[in-house]
Amino acid sequence: MTEVVLDVRGLSVVFPTLDGEVKAVSDLSYILHRGETLGIVGESGSGKSVSSLALMGLLNKERAHITGRAQLGGRDLLSLPDDEMRGVRGKDIAMIFQDPFACLHPMHRVGDQIAEAVTAHKKVSKSIAEARAVELLGEVGIPNAKERAKDYPHQFSGGMRQRAMIAMALVHNPSVLIADEPTTALDVTVQAQILELIERVKREFDIGVILITHDLGVIAETANTVLVMYAGRAMEFGPAQELFAAPQNPYTWGLLGSMPTVERKLDELVAIEGTPPSLVYMPSGCAFHPRCSYAFDKCTTALPDLRTVPGGHADRCHLTPEQKREALNSIREVASR
Amino acid sequence: MVLYIVRRTLWAVLVILIVLLLTYAVFYLMPAGDPALRFAGKSPTPESIALIRHRLGLDQPWYTQYGKFVKNFFTGDEYGWPGLGYSYVNGVPVLDQVKERTPRTLLLIAGAATIWLVVGVSIGVLSAVKRRTFADRAAMGFVLFGISAPVFWLGLMALFIFWNKLHWTGGTGYVPITENPTGFFSHMILPWTVLALLFAAIYTRMTRNTLLETLGEDYIRTARAKGLSERTVIVHHALRASLIPIVTMFGMDVALLVGGAIITESVFNIQGLGWLAITGTLNQDLPTVLGVVMLGAVAVVIMNLFVDIAYAFLDPRVRYA
Repeated sequence: MTEVVLDVRGLSVVFPTLDGEVKAVSDLSYILHRGETLGIVGESGSGKSVSSLALMGLLNKERAHITGRAQLGGRDLLSLPDDEMRGVRGKDIAMIFQDPFACLHPMHRVGDQIAEAVTAHKKVSKSIAEARAVELLGEVGIPNAKERAKDYPHQFSGGMRQRAMIAMALVHNPSVLIADEPTTALDVTVQAQILELIERVKREFDIGVILITHDLGVIAETANTVLVMYAGRAMEFGPAQELFAAPQNPYTWGLLGSMPTVERKLDELVAIEGTPPSLVYMPSGCAFHPRCSYAFDKCTTALPDLRTVPGGHADRCHLTPEQKREALNSIREVASR
Repeated sequence: MVLYIVRRTLWAVLVILIVLLLTYAVFYLMPAGDPALRFAGKSPTPESIALIRHRLGLDQPWYTQYGKFVKNFFTGDEYGWPGLGYSYVNGVPVLDQVKERTPRTLLLIAGAATIWLVVGVSIGVLSAVKRRTFADRAAMGFVLFGISAPVFWLGLMALFIFWNKLHWTGGTGYVPITENPTGFFSHMILPWTVLALLFAAIYTRMTRNTLLETLGEDYIRTARAKGLSERTVIVHHALRASLIPIVTMFGMDVALLVGGAIITESVFNIQGLGWLAITGTLNQDLPTVLGVVMLGAVAVVIMNLFVDIAYAFLDPRVRYA
C-alpha cells in the first residue's frame, strides 16, 4: 500500500444556531493515499463540502465547532493554531471550488493571482513567481500561457478558469488536492477535460485527490475509493470497483438507481423518496430510515455502526448481508426488465 | 482604454450642453416678465435695463440667444473665460466674483474630503473586520451621531468649545493660505472637521457594508485557501473590490459640495461659492446665481467623468465593455 497522506478520524462539525445545533458532519473518518482519488458523494447538505472546508481551516471558528483529528504530514490540521494553519493551507493541502466564475478575483490578472499563491509561502522575487505561474498555466493546458497570464478572469472561458484554479492549487506541489464539485458549473464536454486534467496532475504531481461531487458518473470514471455521505455521516466507504459491483447500503442503491445512463430513459429512473433530513432535528436511529423502503423497527431507534461487511468494505446499515443480497438482486431484476 | 476615455469625455461635453440648455431655459425663458428686469436686480435704472436687454440679445429668437449663451460660456465673453456675464447688482463681472470665491470652497472641500475619506474608510474597514465586537458597536455609534447631528449645530458647538472656550483654533472667517498659512489651518480645521463628520459617518457605514458583502464572495475564500495573511485578504482582495461604490459616492459628494457647502460656509463665514449663491439669491442678483449654478452643474459632470475613468482603472471588466 502507498503512503497515507491524510488520515481523518472522528471529524464532527456543529454550527450552533438559534434554532439549535446544526450537525453538519458527524464522526467522519477516512484515509487518503498518495496517488489515490477519493470520491465523496452525497446529496446537498450531506456535509461533503463542510467536512473539506473544515480540513482547510476555512470555516469561521467562531461559528463552527470542529472536533476530531486530521493527520497530514505529522500534523493535526484541526488543532493547528490559525497562523500555522495558514502556512499549511495552499501549500500542503489545496482546494478548488465549484464555480470558477466566482472564485477568481475579477480585478486581478490571472497570472498575478497564481503568482500571489507562490509568494504566499515562498520568499521569491515577483518575476520568479510570475514565471512559475506561467509554467503552471502551461502545465494545465492553457495555450500561449505567457500571454494569457496577463489576462483578467473575464477573458477566460469557464474551463480555462477552472484550469487556472488548478494551476493555483498546484503551485507548491501539495500532498492533498480537494476538488469541491469542480465540474458542476461547466459544460459537459469541458467537464470531461477537467476531470482528465485532475487525473493527470494527480499522477504527475503524485498527490492524493479528494473529489467531492453529487454525480456518481464522475465518481465512476475517476475515483479509486468512494465515500457515500448522508446527513453528515459516512454511509458506505470502500474501493470504487467493489462499491459499484456490490453496493451494500440502501442509500447507495437509491443514488445508483437515480443515475441516468444511455440505456436508461428518464421515466425508468427511480428517485429517492422524500427529502434530506433537517440537520437540527435529525431523525432517531439511522438518519436515512424515513426515506428507506427497507427500514424496520431497529432502524428507527438505533444508529447502525459503520461495519466492514463480508465482501470487504465498510457500510452503515442494520440489514443482514443475506437481506442485502436479496434486495439488490430484486432491484437488478426490475432494472433489467 | 484611450477609446473609452475619449468616448466618456464626448458624453460629458454633450451633458454639459444639455445642462446649459436647461439652465438657460429656467432662467431666461420661464420667468414671467422681462428677464432684463430680473437681471438688473432690486432697483434698476431705465438705462441699465436697456443696456441689459441689448447685451442679452432679448430681441432675437431663443435659439440665437441660446447659441450666444453657449458660445459665451465656452469661448468666453468680454470679461474672460468662461463667459458668465456681469453682475449688475455688485457692479463686477460674475467671473471675477467666482474666481475670488472658488478657491475658498475648493480648499474647504479638499480638506474635508481628505478627512472623511481617511476616517470613514479606516473605521469602516476596522468595523467590518472586528464585526460584532465593542469596536464595531462604537463605530456604529459614531455613525449614528454623525448622521443625526445637524451641521449648523455641530459647527456652532465646535466654535463655542474650541474657539470661544479653549482658544485652540481660529474663529470664523477665511484667512488666505498665501498670506498666513498658520492662520489658514487654524481657521479651516473646524469647518473641515464639521463638514467631514457627516460624510465620514456615511462612508464608514458604506465601507463596512460593502466590505462585509465582499468578504462573503467566493474569490475571498480562494484568497484564504491560498494561505494569504488575513491582512492581504482584506486589503488586496476585499477592499480592492469594495472601492467602486466608494469612488462613485465620493465623486458625487465632492461635486455636489462645489455649489452646496452652504451651511458650513455660512456658520464659519467662509464666503465661498455657497455664500455667493445665497447672497446672490437674497439680492435677486440673477447673473451671479446663474454663474454658481452653471459652475456646480459643470462640476457634477466633470466629477462624473473622473469617476467613469477611475472605474476603468479599478475594474478591468469596464475597460473592455
